[in-house]
Amino acid sequence: MTDTIAVAPARGILEQNWRKILNYGLLLALAEVFISLANMPVALDDFVLIEPILSLGYVSLLWLPLVLGFGIGSEKVLEGMTVHAKGVRELVAGACVGLIGGAGLSLLTVLIDNYDLRDPLVNWSPQLLDLLGFDQGVGFGVGIWLAIGGGLGLLGGAMHLITPVARRVVATMALAVVFVAVLETILSDIAEDLFLEWLSDWIYFIRGGVTLHGTVTVALVAGAYALWGSRAIKGAKASFQALEGAERKQANKVGLMIVVLLTILMPLVLGKITNELLANVGLFLLLALGLNIVIGLAGILDLGYVAFFAVGGYTTAILTSPNRGDSWPDWLPQLWWVVALMVVVVFAGLTGLFIGAPVIRMRGDYLAIVTLGFGEIIRLLFLSDWLGGFTGGAQGVTNVPGVQVFGLANVRGTDPRAVFYLVAFFCAIAIYVSWRLEKSRIGRAWMAVREDESVAEAMGINTVNVKLLAFVVGAVLASFSGAIFAAKVGSVFPTSFIILVSIVILIVVIVGGMGNILGVIAGSAVLIGVLGGPRQPGLLQEFSEFKLLIYGALLIWMMLKRPEGLIPNVRRTRELHQEEFLQDAWLKGEIDHDDEEGNGGGVAPA
Amino acid sequence: MTTAMKVKAAPRTGVDWFLLLIKSVMFFFITTGIILFILQQIDPGNPIASRLNDDATGLTADQFEGLVIAGLTQGAMYGLIALGYSMVYGVLGFINFAHGEVFMVGAMTGMITSNKLNDAGAWESNFILSMLFIVVLSILVSTLTAVVMERVAYRPLRGSPRLIPLITSIGVSFFIQNVSVVLLGPGAKSYPDLPDWLSKKRDIWFISIEGTRLLVVLVAAVSMVGLWYLVERTKTGKAMRAVAEDKEIASLMGINVNRIIVTTFAVGGAMAGVAGILWGIMFRSVIHTTGFLPGIKAFSAAVVGGIGNLNGAMAGGLSLGSAEAIAPLVILEPWGVSGVSQLRDAVAFSVLILVLLVKPTGLFGERLSSEDRT
Repeated sequence: MTDTIAVAPARGILEQNWRKILNYGLLLALAEVFISLANMPVALDDFVLIEPILSLGYVSLLWLPLVLGFGIGSEKVLEGMTVHAKGVRELVAGACVGLIGGAGLSLLTVLIDNYDLRDPLVNWSPQLLDLLGFDQGVGFGVGIWLAIGGGLGLLGGAMHLITPVARRVVATMALAVVFVAVLETILSDIAEDLFLEWLSDWIYFIRGGVTLHGTVTVALVAGAYALWGSRAIKGAKASFQALEGAERKQANKVGLMIVVLLTILMPLVLGKITNELLANVGLFLLLALGLNIVIGLAGILDLGYVAFFAVGGYTTAILTSPNRGDSWPDWLPQLWWVVALMVVVVFAGLTGLFIGAPVIRMRGDYLAIVTLGFGEIIRLLFLSDWLGGFTGGAQGVTNVPGVQVFGLANVRGTDPRAVFYLVAFFCAIAIYVSWRLEKSRIGRAWMAVREDESVAEAMGINTVNVKLLAFVVGAVLASFSGAIFAAKVGSVFPTSFIILVSIVILIVVIVGGMGNILGVIAGSAVLIGVLGGPRQPGLLQEFSEFKLLIYGALLIWMMLKRPEGLIPNVRRTRELHQEEFLQDAWLKGEIDHDDEEGNGGGVAPA
Repeated sequence: MTTAMKVKAAPRTGVDWFLLLIKSVMFFFITTGIILFILQQIDPGNPIASRLNDDATGLTADQFEGLVIAGLTQGAMYGLIALGYSMVYGVLGFINFAHGEVFMVGAMTGMITSNKLNDAGAWESNFILSMLFIVVLSILVSTLTAVVMERVAYRPLRGSPRLIPLITSIGVSFFIQNVSVVLLGPGAKSYPDLPDWLSKKRDIWFISIEGTRLLVVLVAAVSMVGLWYLVERTKTGKAMRAVAEDKEIASLMGINVNRIIVTTFAVGGAMAGVAGILWGIMFRSVIHTTGFLPGIKAFSAAVVGGIGNLNGAMAGGLSLGSAEAIAPLVILEPWGVSGVSQLRDAVAFSVLILVLLVKPTGLFGERLSSEDRT
């Protein structure tokens, strides 16, 4: 791959791209000031990472100069380009960027000290001033931020001078410390149940945060892992992938068994709060898996996906609760949840057909807005006085009973562990269904439609029916989630089904990796589990103020830098990076000029 | 490049029959609703009408006039926002979902500056000048937002698959909303009181209209004329139309396509800024979600008028505004639907769905771009 890249000697210190440095620096300054005014440092200051010295609040300001200081020295390397060796030039560039960024914070400190803009900007506060000045006054703050900015930028630039292996070790160590510190609640919870209390006591300080010796321990372990452990794991993975036929199947089975066992055993070890988190993750995973079929496989951007969640929730609530609206006839029985689920599935499928049929012929972007409109219409109908007799209006439907599992257990929101098992069961079904569908004739038809609808039609695929089917499958999976949600919370209100839910699920699917089941699982675990859902708190409850902001920024960044998601689907990646693939192939001489015209025609912006 | 393939007399599938059914049912529902309404207006005790809804009281002429005026002023604001959607769609062929947020930013800027001016006393003593000042400032800020948005989020994605910029714009919209939450706080914020001479009702010819509503209509008309002049009579406008027609050929003709695209975003942003101020003085309260519903409705307005068509956008805005004001009372109430005012938004979305089902090119058809963008 890299055989066409030539390496040239390092450039001189002053041979800089000053404009790029200025751009990066101003970007850094702007971002730092924004983070400060968004109240992140102050709100997260109580979240101690390393006991006496570092809080998450300061980390929110410190990570950017490091990253941008490193980023200024990195260049995108393409086939056939000349790269220069890295040297002091990168150090200087990083330091300059960091200095400009630090100057931004210094300026902010001075401004807060002299002007009062608290009226529009709610976080223009004395607390922020104290934090920026390290309680030592404005002059100290100005100096220290210049020093910190320059220093961290320099450090970021210095990452270019060490070998890639060393860089990986350093990055792993830093990330491991942050990881261990941030996941304190869940990790100490697990440690307690595994009789490793002495370990968590050694690592964690009593009132939160990692101790200094704990930091060193974690960093050493992580460094050792990066040096040797990761290689061993990579080797194991390679030998696993080298397996063929029956052996591979055997290995897959063993892997699956381990995952299933972990899913069953893990909740037993975890506490109530963590199980609640897991249950929420499961609910959103179920939704995300459904949306993954609609958008990831069939390529239909459905923004009103929450409608099916709402239909599932409301149908379940109405069929099982004694407290439903007054307008229902008396003969409508109060069903068991399991029986009600059958009705829910049918009803959700019909809703999918009803919403899907009018929109399925529309072009992609119109379809997105129209489904969003449907999502709002359904919520407004549930909210309205007109149907209030059936749906309870703004009061919703309350007293939804739990799930009776054949008289064995009554699953309710008060028992998050049971809810988790219930959700996990349905997630397993959803995963199995998505996996089988993806590999089936229908799945291939979906992908063909996603890639090029006209061609798919020419190949004899009935695009309308195929897309409708995706809609219906997605709707049914979402209705499962809605049904469990109703039983878990014990009530349904229109406010639980706002468009925000659709968008958060969309972000989960896109960040995780459209069209990849593993990606979707990872996406919901990371986003919903750690940051939290639209209304549900995540592991980092301190972040609840900022999670939607982070989601938005993450979505934009993902679309710009890695539209295929964290764990991408191979085929999808090719679709999204067609030009780069073609260019690489062309440089390597795999396709010749005349051929390129034919292949490239499809990529040209239409 | 890609020409629409018109398949003659495709066999009707299940979906087609279903759509036909929906269209017929909606047609029946709407016409019957209107007929019932008219019957009721003629004779409140009409037996057919009172069987469906015996609470219905009908509307007095004054009420009807009030509804129409409210609908039209609301619609004028939708129209102003819709221009931005329409222009960007015409030039780039994608829906800038975050355009509603540009409008919100305009309204927020107006809120902040007008409150500051009010604190300084300038709002009361020199209302017209401060009004001009906040309009100019909010136009500047929204224009800047739109331009930065284009530069940061959309330009790198030019030429990528269709849905990618749309998803990005959803992210941008989400991001801007939450930037407003973290910087300015989550609650609703209000504009200062308006002077009496502006907000009182006046009688002009045979209608009586509140001063603020009159202002909205006037400002919308002036902006529309200005935009028409820009697009139809200036060199930049000509270049915009050329870029909308075909970017590659336009650049071969010596037009700086990037600059024209930025100009398009800027002009759309300016219109949204004006709309934001108008919204602010009409409803006197802004919150971070202010941009969402008006944004979607303005998009619907753009589609109703034929996306890419500027006159269509304004006309679509006016029709959507009046439809959502009148339709709940004229069509839904005769059918015995209670609490119809809650269903205004649902009506607006239904209008969008119906228009896309019956005439996807909108009332005025697409004009800026004729190519089929599927």
